[in-house]
Amino acid sequence: MPIIIAFIAGLLMSAGIAYSQMIDPNKVLGFLTLNANWDPSLVLVMAAALAVYSTGYWLFVKKDKPLFAEHFSLPGKKDLDKPLVIGSLLFGAGWGLVGYCPGPALAAISSGSSGTLAFIAAMVAGWFISRKLPI
Amino acid sequence: MENFTPFTALIGGSLIGLGALILFVFSGRIAGISGIAGAALFSREGRSWRLAFVAGIIAGPLLVGAVISDFSYSTPQLNWQVIVAGLLVGIGTGWGSGCTSGHGICGISRLSPRSITATVLFMFSGMLVATLLH
Repeated sequence: MPIIIAFIAGLLMSAGIAYSQMIDPNKVLGFLTLNANWDPSLVLVMAAALAVYSTGYWLFVKKDKPLFAEHFSLPGKKDLDKPLVIGSLLFGAGWGLVGYCPGPALAAISSGSSGTLAFIAAMVAGWFISRKLPI
Repeated sequence: MENFTPFTALIGGSLIGLGALILFVFSGRIAGISGIAGAALFSREGRSWRLAFVAGIIAGPLLVGAVISDFSYSTPQLNWQVIVAGLLVGIGTGWGSGCTSGHGICGISRLSPRSITATVLFMFSGMLVATLLH
């Protein structure tokens, strides 16, 4: 059952990424690039996602446990440490360079685009490096 | 603002929130795409559900394409920028413990100070780099 739930969760998120055009790096760059043609669509994507998720989260987190698992698995770290700050700044720089964050890049895999596949290969290499070289 | 697409943005964003919420309600997990995909590749524990999640991410646009006949999207050219960007996104989300989904949607909803900080920082550097280059 956790496998089916995970597949459906990924499918819906990715369908949302595709339908909102956030799968298109030019659409995302239209938001990240501040000029006369600024496109605020990404603000509404985040606002809608936050409205749906936060409502459900705060209603449900009061329960003892999730429906199909023994306990909630929530991040335990609380401090604003160096890896969080440096990592997030680097991630944003890469995002602004091409317009891809991890979800849209993975969602676009079926396009078979060489640029998309090269981005994903480099991103996977980056995940490997971050695990081998913690800061 | 001629490129503004408010309706598809609101519907698509709601689907993103709903998918992430389903993972939380049923499995108690945070739907961070970078964390789940990275652990699916480099960690043996919990690999099967993580691979299923990534399979769903890959299948999503195929579903949208099956429902909407004129669905299409652009992809980047293969050049040095996509390699550098991919490395920055991979290392950055690895060190920063999350991306737009895990920090930007789930973490902000949970009012996590770490996720709010991360989102402000990657929005700032993303806008800075994009505005300087494009």
